[in-house]
Amino acid sequence: MTPEPTAAHILLVDDDEDFLYQHQVQLEHAGYRVTTATTRAEAEALAAEMSPDLAILDLMMEQHDDGFVLSHHLKRLRPGLPVILVTAVTAETGISFSPTTGAERAWVGADALLAKPIRFEQLKREVERLLRPGARR
Amino acid sequence: MDTLRVLVVDDETGMRLAVARVLNTYTVKPDESDGHAVSFAVETAESGEAALEMMSASVPDILLLDMKLPGMSGLDVLREIRERRLETLTVMITAYATLETAIEATKRGAHDFLPKPFTPEDLRVAIRRVVRHLAVQREAKRLAEEKRQVRFQFISVLGHELKAPLAAVEGYLQILKDGSAGSDPAVVARMVDRALARTEGMRKLIVDLLNMTRIESGQKRRDLVASDLRDAAAAAIETAAQAAAARGIEIHLEAPERAPLVADRGELDIIFNNLVSNAVKYNRDRGRVTVAIDRADGRWRLRVADTGIGLAPEDAQRLFQDFVRIKNEQTRTIPGTGLGLSIVRKLAQLYGGDATVESEPGAGSTFTVTLKG
Repeated sequence: MTPEPTAAHILLVDDDEDFLYQHQVQLEHAGYRVTTATTRAEAEALAAEMSPDLAILDLMMEQHDDGFVLSHHLKRLRPGLPVILVTAVTAETGISFSPTTGAERAWVGADALLAKPIRFEQLKREVERLLRPGARR
Repeated sequence: MDTLRVLVVDDETGMRLAVARVLNTYTVKPDESDGHAVSFAVETAESGEAALEMMSASVPDILLLDMKLPGMSGLDVLREIRERRLETLTVMITAYATLETAIEATKRGAHDFLPKPFTPEDLRVAIRRVVRHLAVQREAKRLAEEKRQVRFQFISVLGHELKAPLAAVEGYLQILKDGSAGSDPAVVARMVDRALARTEGMRKLIVDLLNMTRIESGQKRRDLVASDLRDAAAAAIETAAQAAAARGIEIHLEAPERAPLVADRGELDIIFNNLVSNAVKYNRDRGRVTVAIDRADGRWRLRVADTGIGLAPEDAQRLFQDFVRIKNEQTRTIPGTGLGLSIVRKLAQLYGGDATVESEPGAGSTFTVTLKG
C-alpha cells in the first residue's frame, strides 16, 4: 500500500534489524509513512530534518539506555512530538524496567511505554491515540 | 592482614588464658610463597552450653574444644555443631584420648586433636595446620563458586542468544499469519528470507554449542589420523568461496606442498572454517584474505590475514571468550554466534598450541593458530 502524501510520518528507531523491519512494514500497511534509524545519532539527525509526527523508539539495550536519552533529546528538540518507547528488557530479563519515579518519567518524557513482545494492534492503538489532535496528556 | 576468630572452650581458667596469650601474639602465613599473614582474635567459653550460645550469634573460624567439660561434653558440642550445620574447624583438646573417643570425635566432624598437656609450640603447630587447611578449603570453595558463576553466566547468555532469533522468526510468522503487512510479494519474500537467515543463525549456534560441549567434556572420540593442513585449508577456502566472490574478496593460500599433522580432520575443519569465514565476513568489499601455513619453533603456524575492519586492542583481548562479539556500527548486521573463536582457541590448546590475534583498526586482522606436531 502506498501511503498518502498527507499520511502521518513516523520515525521508527530500533537497533534490531528484524524488529525494525517488522514494525516498518506493518505501519506502512496501516497507511503511515515510516522513516527508520538504527542508532541514536542517526535518529537525532533525521528528527531535525524530517519533522516527524510521532516517534517510536526501542530502548536499544546494546547501547544501554540510549532509548531513554533519545526520548529526552527528541522532546527537547520537538516538545510537541509524541514518543512511544518500546522495551524488550522485561521479556529478556524478567525484570520490570521502566522509569519509576515522577522525576524519571518527566526526564524521559515518553508518552507511552510498551513492553516487548508487543502485538501490532496494541502499538497501532497507541499510535492512533497519540496522533489524535489534543490527545496527549 | 586477615584475622581468624578462635573460640577456646575449656573449663580450666588457666588453660583459656594460656591459649589466648599464645594466639593473640601469633601470626601464620598460610602460603609460604606470598607475604600474606593471618592473625588471631581469641574468645573463650567455660562450657559447651556457653560456647553454643556464643556460636548462635556468630560462628568462629576455629574452635578449640576440650573433650571433657562439665555439663555437655565436647562430643555433645560437636553433635550440635553438625546438626546446626555451623561451619567451623574444630580441634579437640584431650587429656586422655582413647582411640575410641578420637574415632567418635572424628566421625562427628572434629578436624584435629591436641593432646593435653601441650606446650605453646604444640599449640602453634596445630593452629598452623588448621590455617593451612582453611586456606586450601577457602580457595577450593572460591574456585567452585567462580566455576558456578561462569556456568550460570554462560547459560543465561545462551538463553538470550537462542531467544532473540526465535522472537524475530515468531514476529515474521505472526505478520504473515495476520496479513498485517499486506501481500506485496517483495515484502513477503524479504520476511521469509529474514526468518530463514535467523533460523540458520540459530542452527549454527547450536552446532557450535555441541562442538564446544564435546571439546570441553573431553568425551568426543577424537579420530587422530595422518592429515594435511594444506588440504584442510583448501577445503575451508572452497567453503567460503561463494560468500567471498559475492563481495569481490580474493582468498590466497600460501602453504608448503605438504603440511602433515596427526590430527582429527573434523577439528582442523572447524579451525580453518571459523578463521576463513571470519576473514571474509569482517573484510571490506574487494578485500583480500591470505591463508598462510608455515613452521615456527617446532610447531605448525596457521595465519589467516584479512584487510577488513580490524579491532581495537581492548576488543582483541576479549575476542576469544564465549559469546564475545564486538558490537559496533560496522559489525551490527554481520551474523555470528560469538562462539567460533572460543572454539578455535580450545581446539588449538588440545594440540598444545594457542590462538591469538594481531590487528590494526581499519586495516585488518591476522589470526594465528599454532599446533604442535
